Formats: sequence, structure tokens, C-alpha cells
Amino acid sequence: MASIAHTGTLPRAAEFRTCPDTGLRVDLAAEKLIRWNAVVAVVFLAVGGLFGLLVALTRWPAVHLLPAEWFYLALTAHGADVLLFWVIFFEIAILYFASAILLNSRLATPRIAWLGFWLMLAGALLANVAVLQGESSVMFTSYVPMQAAPHFYLGLILFAVGALVAVAVFFGTLVIAKDEGTYEGSVPLVTFGAIAAAIIAVFTITSGAIILIPTFLWSIGLISHIDPVMYKVVWWGMGHSSQQINVSAHVAVWYAIAAMVLGAKPLSEKVSRFAFLMYILFLQIAAAHHLLVEPGISSEWKIFNTSYALYLAVLGSLIHGLSVPGAIEAAQRRRGYTKGVFEWLRKAPWGNPAFAGMFLSLVMFGFIGGISGVVLGSEQINLIMHNTMYVPGHFHGTVVAGTTLAFMAVTYLVVPLIFRREIMFKKLAQWQPYVFGIGVAGISLFMMGAGTLGVSRRHWDITFSDAPVAFDYPGTAFLMMGLNGVFGVLSALGGLMYVVVVVSSVFFGERRTEEKAKAEPLLPQGGAAAVASYGSEGTLKLPGTITLVAIFFVAFVLYYFVNWKFLSEVWPLS
Amino acid sequence: MAIHPPEKRIWWNEPLEKSEITWITIAFIWGLVMFFTMVFWHFTGEQNLSNEAYRIHPETFAERTEAMVDQYTVREEGESGLPVVRPPPGSDVYMLARLWEWWPILELEEGKDYRLHLSSMDWQHGFSLQPENINIQVHPGYELVLTLTPEGVGEYGVVCNEYCGIGHHQMVGKIHVVAAE
Repeated sequence: MASIAHTGTLPRAAEFRTCPDTGLRVDLAAEKLIRWNAVVAVVFLAVGGLFGLLVALTRWPAVHLLPAEWFYLALTAHGADVLLFWVIFFEIAILYFASAILLNSRLATPRIAWLGFWLMLAGALLANVAVLQGESSVMFTSYVPMQAAPHFYLGLILFAVGALVAVAVFFGTLVIAKDEGTYEGSVPLVTFGAIAAAIIAVFTITSGAIILIPTFLWSIGLISHIDPVMYKVVWWGMGHSSQQINVSAHVAVWYAIAAMVLGAKPLSEKVSRFAFLMYILFLQIAAAHHLLVEPGISSEWKIFNTSYALYLAVLGSLIHGLSVPGAIEAAQRRRGYTKGVFEWLRKAPWGNPAFAGMFLSLVMFGFIGGISGVVLGSEQINLIMHNTMYVPGHFHGTVVAGTTLAFMAVTYLVVPLIFRREIMFKKLAQWQPYVFGIGVAGISLFMMGAGTLGVSRRHWDITFSDAPVAFDYPGTAFLMMGLNGVFGVLSALGGLMYVVVVVSSVFFGERRTEEKAKAEPLLPQGGAAAVASYGSEGTLKLPGTITLVAIFFVAFVLYYFVNWKFLSEVWPLS
Repeated sequence: MAIHPPEKRIWWNEPLEKSEITWITIAFIWGLVMFFTMVFWHFTGEQNLSNEAYRIHPETFAERTEAMVDQYTVREEGESGLPVVRPPPGSDVYMLARLWEWWPILELEEGKDYRLHLSSMDWQHGFSLQPENINIQVHPGYELVLTLTPEGVGEYGVVCNEYCGIGHHQMVGKIHVVAAE
């Protein structure tokens, strides 16, 4: 990576401005890249979200909106646009922010960063064209031997290469910042989390290239056969691990929002960094989550990999589950909200959409996405959940309630700080995280409920009306799918509110001049200065956080064993 | 703050707070419990997916399935006249997946063991036995062999729950479970 940082004979003469809110030097080239990556991300969120709404309305039995071929097309587009393009474009913006901006540095080789951007954009557009042409309704996972049009795979490959270039620019920027001494000591925790995300991204994107390049060659007839089990093992090295980029990135965003809104600092740098390290070391092997009921893979392999080697990556998340709310509680108590166990939480800035979105994301990622993920990923329990609606129920709890909501929340800080525009429609913005959050909680829970009743995911007609053999799911399953539709509409509304607020603010919002920024500071004043010395947060008592963590742990243990009980009731098989 | 470098340069020597180290310990032990629950279930639980699998040509699998159908068909069912096959308890039974059907229909005796062979003729499919909710991935070129013990007399649906193209939603098969003779 160092070689990239040092290409060219002289360092680029970067232009900077000084941020009136943070005092950080902002490289204008980095700022522009952050803006464009974020804008494109939001466009893909809007498009992918619309496809998601169409999917939800089709799976709502009473509505059953789209015909079959359009349904599968929309489902493929939904997966690719939100799961890949929205989150990864946004993550590239986060990487540039966490490197160049937080480290006070210039960005390495903006030209190459733009090359990465255009490659990603071209790839994303190409894949969308392929899907919309109708010959590539293979789902986001494109399991062989089902075949998409060659330019579907080519689009994904271009996108992956572009993302890899952007990650290289991120690493290059770290090297430059270190060389030029733009910061003292170690990188900030948020940057550390971004580094974890970037390291995982390298593994992820490489896995994608390793499997998609031969699949592309197969689609144009140069390779005769791709083994379907091998495909899944490697593909999920990208598919699941890319969700671990999301986790690292959105945890970093949680810490960033808590810091920027409340002046919160980590309880212990050591513990939080250790938790990110667990992600880097163990999150990658979770490809196994998708292979628990496949033929030809041994139980030993499945158990070791699905548990992230003794659940060491889950340990990382459980640590963040204490340290993030703990940091918030400590900051609030320091500001004087010390009454009882929960005054700090009651008096938190719930009217600030950045905080509200962040906290909802934290709670729902833990309770809905996290717990269900561990249960779903238990080798034998997977038998009663694999490919049912439980699976999308789980990952809407992680990627939508967790990642997407966290990214939405941080946008309410990015728009004033990086786009230097005031947020428009403040009331709408205040409500947005709640509407979206409640909607997503609903779809996650009702999809999981439907899955428990056996309803298949990726299925156009669960009444099987034109099947030669009849089968009926229980009536409750239809109720669950109907409620999923209702909450799908609610989350689409929340998504629309976000897009309206962000797009209007970015293009038409009042410019946030330096004078205005000084008059109405966005970040808590003297937040950093008020903290006399570092690392003393742990000495505060945190009864609220401990209570929340205890509730979470009890829920986790009960739900875990209830599912073993469910498993024990089905037909014996061995 | 988390967006600034640590104030103490040597942050890795900070002492751990009691609440944090307690939680880390509990979480680590919980991880071990969950890990060993899966191992434990292999010894005591009755629901463990078989590790017995073979590479197989789709034609070979189809031939074996047809041989079973020829030998043990007891009647036909449905509009398309799907064979209903009743192989003897303890025997090898086959169900093949293809676009877009599960073939044939099986009739099994309650409480008896069967060696069920699953494979696909074309794309990937998902064997989803309902309302039991047992779900197994079916691949072309791979034959999974598992021992299954039906419980509860009645009709069970076999839904395909791996997306397999435009007719995916029509792909439903059936297993009848009848009282043992």
C-alpha cells in the first residue's frame, strides 16, 4: 500500500479549509469525494428502496402487486442496489472521512480515488442495466448453475475493483498522515474501526473477484463448469464478509455520533480496539452461515466456522454492546444527568435525528439482528430456518435496522459538516429515524415470525395456486406476511423522508457559512476540553448500561434455548 | 473523544474497569456455552444433518430414482399423475429435484427409519418439509444421504425454498406419513 502513497515525485499541494466546528483541516479534494460517494449512495438507496417496497407489496398476500417475472427482477435489483451499492458507496465516504478528515491529512492520490469512484459507478450501472433487461433475475447471490447475462457479473467485478481502489487510497492516506505527522500518537477509535472495515473489505472484495471472474468467464462460455458448492463457499466469503464491513463501519459510526453529539469518549480505548480486532481476526469465516445445510461439508468445519471460532467475533459485538451505551451514559452523567438509573437516557437528545437514529440502530442491531443471527447460525438450528423468511428477517435487523439506520443518522451530521448546508425540514428529519426504525423493526420481526412458520424466502406465491400438488401454509403465516407488508410501507415512508430531507438539504439547504457555524455550533462546545484526562471514563458508575446489558443477555439466553427446544420437536434425522 | 487520537499515548496499558472485564468474561463463557451446545447436540440431539454425501451425475441419480419408482409405486396422484412410492422401511428412498417439481411423492411409515437421498437434476433447489420446517439445500452433482424418521401421520408438503427461476413457486412435492403396519 505504501507504494501507492508514494507514487509521483512530490506530494500533491492539497488545498485545505479549517472546519469551524471541529477545528480539523479538511482537504477539499477529500471533501468532494466524500460528497459524491455519499450522494451516489443515497441515489442507490432510493432506487433499491423502491424495489424493496415493490417486493414487500408483492409478498403481502392481499396485495400481490407484481407478476412473477417482475417480482424476481425487483428482488434481484433490491438486493444489489441496497446491500451492495448503497452501503459500499457510503462506506467509501466513511473511509475517506475517517482517514483524511479525522487525521487532519490530505487524501492520497485523489485522481486514483476518482478512478475508483467511476469504476464503481460504471459497474453498479452496468449490473442494474443487466437486471432491468430481464435476463439476470438470478437474485443478488446468483447461485450457479443458474446463469445471468455476462454483463451482470462484469458490472459486479468493475464495482468490486473500484471499491478495492478506494480502499487502497484509504490505506495510502493512513501512510501519508503518519509520514507527515498530521496527528499525535495513535489514530482515533473511529479511524481504527474504519481500518478494521477496510481490512475486512480487502478480504471480501478479493473473495468476490476470485469467484466472480471465473463465473463471468463461464457465462461467456470460456469455462465449462463451476462447482455449485465451491461457488457458495467463496461467494459467501464476499457476501457474508461484506456484512462484516458494514458492522465494523456502523460501529465506528456509533462511536463517531456519540462523540460528535454528546462528546462521549470510549470507556476504554483498549477494550473497544480489542473488540474491533476480534472482527478483523474472526468475522471473515462466517461464509459458513450459508452452508450449514449443504451436502459435502463436514460438521466440524461448519461448527468451527459458523461460530467464528468459539464466537470470538460475537464477543467483539457484545463488548461494543456495553461500551457504546456505556460511553453515552458516562458522557450524560458527566453533563449532570445523574439521577436514578436512567435519567441519562431519558434526557438524551431524542429530538436530534443523528442521536435518535444511532441509538435505535444500536438497540435493534443488538436485540433483533444480533441475537437472531447467532441463533440462525447455530449448525443444527439452521435446519429449521434455512432459506425461510427468517433469513431476510434476520438480515433486515442487521443491515437495515443496524447499518442503514446508522448511516442515515450520521448523514444528519455529514450534511452540515461536509456539504456545509443546513438541514431542511427539521421536523421531518426529527421523525425520520423513528418512522424508519419502527418500520424496519416490524419487517424484521414479522419476517422472522413467518419464517418460523416455514414460509419460504424469495417466493412469489405462497398459496401455490398453480402448483400441481397442493400445500397450505397456516393462516398465521399469511397474517405475518400481511403485517410485513404494512411495516414495509412504513419503512419505505421513512426511507422517502430521509431522501427528501437529504436531497433538499444538499441542493437547496441554506449555506452554512463560518459565521453561522460559530454562532450555532453543531458539536458540544468544549466537549473534549471538559475531559481532564483520558481513560478515566471507566471510573464512573454505569448502572443504566449494566441494566440494559443484563436485559439483553437474559433475552439472548432465553431465545437461544427456546430455539433448541423448537428444533428438538421436529422429525429426527441423522 | 472517539474522533480524536487517544489522549494517553500508551492507551494499551490502561487498567480494565471491573464492569468491563466482568462482561467480557461472561460474554466469552457464553460463547463457549453456545459453541459446545452444537458439539453436544451431535452426541445427544436427534436432529443432526448427515455428513454423508457423494458426487453423482444427475443421470445416475435419475436412474436410481426411476428404479425405486418402478419397483414400489402404489398409485398416482394429482393432475399430472405423479407416482406415489411406498418403499419398505429401512430402505433407500430417493427424491429428485428438477425444474419445477419434486419427484416422486413418497409414502413413509411413521416411526420407521429411511435413508433419504436428495439431489438436483439442474439448478439448486431447497428441500423444505412443511409444516415440520426442515430445510435442506439440494445441489446438482451432489447426493446427500440422510436418515429420516417420520413422526405424525398426515400429509406433508415439500416446498422448494431455493429460488430456481420463473416456475419456482409451482415446485411443491409431497410426503405421506401413514401408520406403521
